[in-house]
Amino acid sequence: MSSSPAVTPDRSAPGGQRIRVLYFAWVRERVGRAEEVLDVPSSVTSVADLVAWLRQRGPEYADAFERPEIVRAAIDQTHVRPAAAIAGAREVAFFPPVTGG
Amino acid sequence: MTVRVQAEDFDSAAEVRRLNGTSTDAGAIVTFTGTVRGESHGQRLILMELEHYPGMTEAELARIEQEARSRWPLTASLIIHRYGRLLPGDNIVLVVTVSRHRQAAFAAAEFLMDYLKTRAPFWKKETLSDGTGGWVDARETDDTALERWAMPDVTAATAP
Repeated sequence: MSSSPAVTPDRSAPGGQRIRVLYFAWVRERVGRAEEVLDVPSSVTSVADLVAWLRQRGPEYADAFERPEIVRAAIDQTHVRPAAAIAGAREVAFFPPVTGG
Repeated sequence: MTVRVQAEDFDSAAEVRRLNGTSTDAGAIVTFTGTVRGESHGQRLILMELEHYPGMTEAELARIEQEARSRWPLTASLIIHRYGRLLPGDNIVLVVTVSRHRQAAFAAAEFLMDYLKTRAPFWKKETLSDGTGGWVDARETDDTALERWAMPDVTAATAP
């Protein structure tokens, strides 16, 4: 997948979209990177779809999303639920339940 | 109304003086400071590393503060949250609420902390004296603390 840091209109996957995906805490450790830019096919329309698509990308993703029900997500820096649409999203983040304070 | 996310330590007394300034409107100032406990799972804590999501952290804290201000008549408020490598006894978080009366200041400070613990994108990683440690699990008690404020859990899991 593209290693370009710039999120530009996707020309390599007609109908799909290019999204910056970020990972935090143990999700980041399991995936093995903090962020990447991915060309996501048009069949992927929700956060839950994106998780399912990521899981089949490789063993590190399968490991990170082994229990997808405990991984949280944000679209463009706002918490979202699994059914949230990713259309128009610039940035999607995946992370464990938060433990600040 | 101020939100700060920083690696550096803070001085709560200095922050309160700065926040309140020369105003005489306030009858009540509540200050809460969260610090790193030196014990976890029966072991001595050696190090706590706090990771966060730059950008979203500030946005989320600002949303939380706005929610508090819509519920209580605050004349001023402040949230400071640290990230990075922290040691036992170090400051983690400061919440200050200023109001004319104590009920609003107490309630708003408690609301801010309950809400922050379940919404602000921070993650704690511990190193313990026996060599164990790892990422701290979210506590269910934090989620149930939200319920009494009648707030929905917007951080629901990513799978249906």
